[in-house]
Amino acid sequence: MKISQKEVLHVAQLARLDIADADVDRLADQIGTILDYVDTLNQVDTTGVPATSHAITLTNAFREDQAQDHLDPQASLANAPEKEDGAFVVPKVL
Amino acid sequence: MWCPRYSDAALTNWPSFYQAVIPQETDAMKLHELTIEQASGLLKNKEIGSVELTRAVLDRIEAVDGKVGAFLTIDADGAMAQAEAADHRLARGDTVPLTGIPLGIKDLICTQGLRTTCASKMLENFIPPYDATVISRLKKAGAVIVGKLNMDEFAMGSTTEHSGFQTTRNPWNLDRIPGGSSGGSAAAVAADMCLGALGSDTGGSIRQPASHCGVVGVKPTYGRVSRFGLVAFASSLDQIGPLGKTVADCAIMLDAIAGHDPKDSTSVPEPVPTFAAIADDGLADVVVGIPKAYSAAQGLDPQVGAAIDRAVKTIQSLGARCIDVPLPHTDHAVAAYYVIAPSEASSNLARYDGVKYGFRDKSQADLLQMYRSTRSQGFGPEVQRRIILGTYALSAGYYDAYYGKASQIRTLIKNDFQTAFASCDAIVSPVAPTPAYPIGKTLDDPLTMYLSDIYTLSANLAGIPGISVPCGFSDDGLPIGLQIMGRHFNEPMLFKIARQFEKAANIKDKRPPL
Repeated sequence: MKISQKEVLHVAQLARLDIADADVDRLADQIGTILDYVDTLNQVDTTGVPATSHAITLTNAFREDQAQDHLDPQASLANAPEKEDGAFVVPKVL
Repeated sequence: MWCPRYSDAALTNWPSFYQAVIPQETDAMKLHELTIEQASGLLKNKEIGSVELTRAVLDRIEAVDGKVGAFLTIDADGAMAQAEAADHRLARGDTVPLTGIPLGIKDLICTQGLRTTCASKMLENFIPPYDATVISRLKKAGAVIVGKLNMDEFAMGSTTEHSGFQTTRNPWNLDRIPGGSSGGSAAAVAADMCLGALGSDTGGSIRQPASHCGVVGVKPTYGRVSRFGLVAFASSLDQIGPLGKTVADCAIMLDAIAGHDPKDSTSVPEPVPTFAAIADDGLADVVVGIPKAYSAAQGLDPQVGAAIDRAVKTIQSLGARCIDVPLPHTDHAVAAYYVIAPSEASSNLARYDGVKYGFRDKSQADLLQMYRSTRSQGFGPEVQRRIILGTYALSAGYYDAYYGKASQIRTLIKNDFQTAFASCDAIVSPVAPTPAYPIGKTLDDPLTMYLSDIYTLSANLAGIPGISVPCGFSDDGLPIGLQIMGRHFNEPMLFKIARQFEKAANIKDKRPPL
């Protein structure tokens, strides 16, 4: 198999996803099939070919450092699952 | 600016193509069946009002959306208020072509105060605190937003079955997919539940559902339309565009939304022509490329192939010269795309962590476990599959072999188009290899679904514009679309060819049997 169950679980951990035991097999299988297909890219010799990350090349878009209207704190927090005193609340970190 | 072609004189002297659909009596009109071009003329002449037009559209939604399932949110009150405001504006004569026109919006474009879900449980209750730039521009034009349209979750899919909430059905055959990911947008336009809609296209997500639902869809050049307020899937590929009943309607909508936006650093400061001023001078000076690689592609349905051959003959009969173009790296586009798009997605979707907005599993006391539990419950299976695929492709030890390699192939695909466009003005091809297939067919077979994007996703990798225009029907009555692709920022060429093809092909004014 192209990608092992162990690798699927490792990548899921990196991506902060829990994969149910019952789904690991199927996921490894489906992703393995896709990766096998992706391997057809190796038929192409790309020695010396530059990479393209954006089709339209733009240099940095600079602007003047001027104060502009932005969301007020209340609007920024409006969709937060938990908030308190104008801040996002998260479970204990330490 | 209001296009001069639509003067009052023009309204009483429609091209013959439209004669069949021009309502003769105001009281007998089915207002929801109007094109934007027609409705706009009637509104401007005060023959109808936006309130009655919007009411007709809302009634139509009420009547048929139970069968189609295109809308996730219907904003009837908001729409009627916008329609009243538009009528005041129309009374003052302060009009642009979209003033008072009811439109639908794919549910990944932020609408201030109106729920925007991306068809994901993750954003089920998300109320955007701001408008996307395209929405600000539509509102400025006086358009009426009737609601938000279903899609594959986070735009990941080609069928709209991967919505976290509901399956949208193809109005032409309710057992078939509408295509995706902008399946709600295409189905709503096809079923006359809005006069036009916005979608987004990352690998074909506007063009393919437009083809399957028998409407026109445009993916503009990358950077032509601001992505500010578009929920990101794959940032180097995503582009917002219109879906409409006619080529002219799409041009009118693109006029309203295109142009540089300082809030999107990838939006391009290129001059924007008036797209609705479509050149109508034949195709004698046009050279059209036919990609050899596309007709050799596996899985092309013979009926689609025949429809495209007929379309090419029609385009030739209008004066265009057709040449073969090679596009030698076409076979590798799907593989490159399904590395690049999931890689970008895995990074973009890292923001859904249950902290700032969206769903959170509140039962978890540990931060890391809260992230994991929230994301596993909030994202559907296709989204999780792509996050894992993308994370794998970007992870240590695999980056060069996957993302690096795919990015080099992307260069070769881009160069293929550059070479082709040195000898032609546009490239025509199928949009999808088959007509709309049955619901459920690829649900557990992602690779087969991905392979159906073969004709569309190269345009996203290369950043070029593409349009899908109806060119026929299969034997069992399913629409087939023709794709026309052009050089960067040459949408006017696409509109010119598509509009003249649309007129010449004279596809009968068939409507879905709803």
